[in-house]
Amino acid sequence: MTVPVVEAIDVVKVLGRGAAQVEALKGVSLSVAAGELTLLMGPSGSGKTTLLSVLGCMLSPTQGMVRVRGSSTQGMGSEELASIRREHIGFVFQSYHLFPTLTALENVRLVFDIRGQRSKRAKARASEALAMVGLAHKTRSFPIELSGGEQQRVAIARAIAGNASAILADEPTAALDGENGHAIMTVLAEIAKNASRGVLVVTHDPRILPFATRIVRIEDGLIVRADRSEQRRAAAISGRREVSFGIVAQRKG
Amino acid sequence: MPLIFTLAARNLLHDRLRFIATVIGIVFSMLLVTVQMGLYSGFSYMVTTMIDHANGDLWVMSPEAKCFEDPATLDEHKRFRALSIAGVADATSVVIGFAQWKMPNGGTTPVFIVGSDLRASGLPPWNLVAGKVEDLEVPGAVALDRSYLDRLGISAIGARAEIRDQKVEVRALTRGIRSFTTTPYVFAPLERARAYTGMSPSKSTYFLVRLAPGADVETVRARLADSIPGVKVLTPAEFRDRSRSFWLLGTGAGAALLAGALLGVIVGTIIVAQTLYSSTKDHLNEFATLRAMGSSGSYIHKVIICQALLSAIVGFSIAAGIGWIIVQRTAETALPIILSPELTGVLFTLTVVMCVLSAIAAIVQVMRIEPAMVFTR
Repeated sequence: MTVPVVEAIDVVKVLGRGAAQVEALKGVSLSVAAGELTLLMGPSGSGKTTLLSVLGCMLSPTQGMVRVRGSSTQGMGSEELASIRREHIGFVFQSYHLFPTLTALENVRLVFDIRGQRSKRAKARASEALAMVGLAHKTRSFPIELSGGEQQRVAIARAIAGNASAILADEPTAALDGENGHAIMTVLAEIAKNASRGVLVVTHDPRILPFATRIVRIEDGLIVRADRSEQRRAAAISGRREVSFGIVAQRKG
Repeated sequence: MPLIFTLAARNLLHDRLRFIATVIGIVFSMLLVTVQMGLYSGFSYMVTTMIDHANGDLWVMSPEAKCFEDPATLDEHKRFRALSIAGVADATSVVIGFAQWKMPNGGTTPVFIVGSDLRASGLPPWNLVAGKVEDLEVPGAVALDRSYLDRLGISAIGARAEIRDQKVEVRALTRGIRSFTTTPYVFAPLERARAYTGMSPSKSTYFLVRLAPGADVETVRARLADSIPGVKVLTPAEFRDRSRSFWLLGTGAGAALLAGALLGVIVGTIIVAQTLYSSTKDHLNEFATLRAMGSSGSYIHKVIICQALLSAIVGFSIAAGIGWIIVQRTAETALPIILSPELTGVLFTLTVVMCVLSAIAAIVQVMRIEPAMVFTR
């Protein structure tokens, strides 16, 4: 049985206030398991990013619970949630969000610096992470000197360098061409093979279906079963007999 | 090098024009503060320069005397009473007062006469660059500061002029004994000082008391105060405080200088705050990313404060350099700007405090960031 590294249990998330109030998540349960690469798909406004934010401990659920490595985050303040993110979760963003004034190596070292780890060992681990994504030769390059694919690989190195249990990626291939997108997903799939680490990728991009261990579909704030054609297509492209699909919708009340 | 420092420095230097504008802002505001505080310091020094150089342990004066330049007088017979008190080794009369200096060309200008018994070493001229104190015993001999030669219509030692229709000859020159009132000091022996100021021979302005070896200042002071009615007895430190208090607080001059310094601090704070705020706004994405990565609030505060400190150090260094040049240029003027190591330390601390306070607006802004905003940008 796979071990969930991050899980949302019956999560409801209300965003905005007054007339602008929206129920972005309507009772969602989803777990990101170690050793799996889960794709979270759905149309715009379906709640993908909100769910990612909740799972990433950036937003607290209005109702329900988030557990990180088995521990509930309920009632935690912003600093405690930051501490959870620091220790257990790595993020990969669509627009990379690298620090333009820092080199590739310094961008990765930040993960250790914010933990107060400033030893040579931390620097070595940052270099190792860059080597893992194939950028050992670009450690001194600034983001502006790197291609989009390379920048995203630096972002992945940053996400994995601190040995996070869960890597949460938001549209990591959206800004990349097919070749670079494929390369990035290959790296993420490799990362997901690590038995202690789970990867969740939010995407619109059907080209990356073959990399999924599991595909979850969200619509209108609810997780629904993916349609059969998508399932068959993913299985066919990946060469596997079957790709498991998301949990049946769980509507509250 | 810690990444906090690297990030802060590169964030600042990322927009060089803005950084230069910030530094210029800090330099100008700190120069304003430095000049005002240096003037305050110089003024504080100048108003007590005579007290600082007098040879005495206690000053006996009229209770009305508010500062050294106050010409309230004492009866000379009280000096003899002072001399009779146990613990008093000597009591020297000091006479001060304004007089008119008549130049060789016929013009006149006011001078400030300082007279004492030169043999008793009460308040003789110091920093002599020409002539000797003993030369003043020659009839009509006076000493004055070389920087006033032009002002007094003369050109060198040996020049002659008149004070209160009495011929005087410059027999000694000093360096750096300048009056903040811009009226030149003229040193003369006691009796002639009385004659120049029109003071009665039975009057003096101060008695400068020297204690006998082993005598206790407080005991002697109490005896003097008890034995001589109608006088005030102060230690040099107390007289300095009294003079400073009068000139700096009583006249409003000190308040004006301090207000100028405060204005400099306010202007500097606003300039640095504005820069840090806009710099933080420009790097909001990065701060949100840091927050999303799980950095603590204090880590982000440190980045911003580090930016403030870097601005402070660069700005202060330049301001201090320019300030040092101003100090050199004003050293020989009537009101020199004095920057002591202590004052320099205070100004540096003030710059740091000013810049750190300026960071508050930026910090408040950063703390409003929702880390989830990184997904929408």
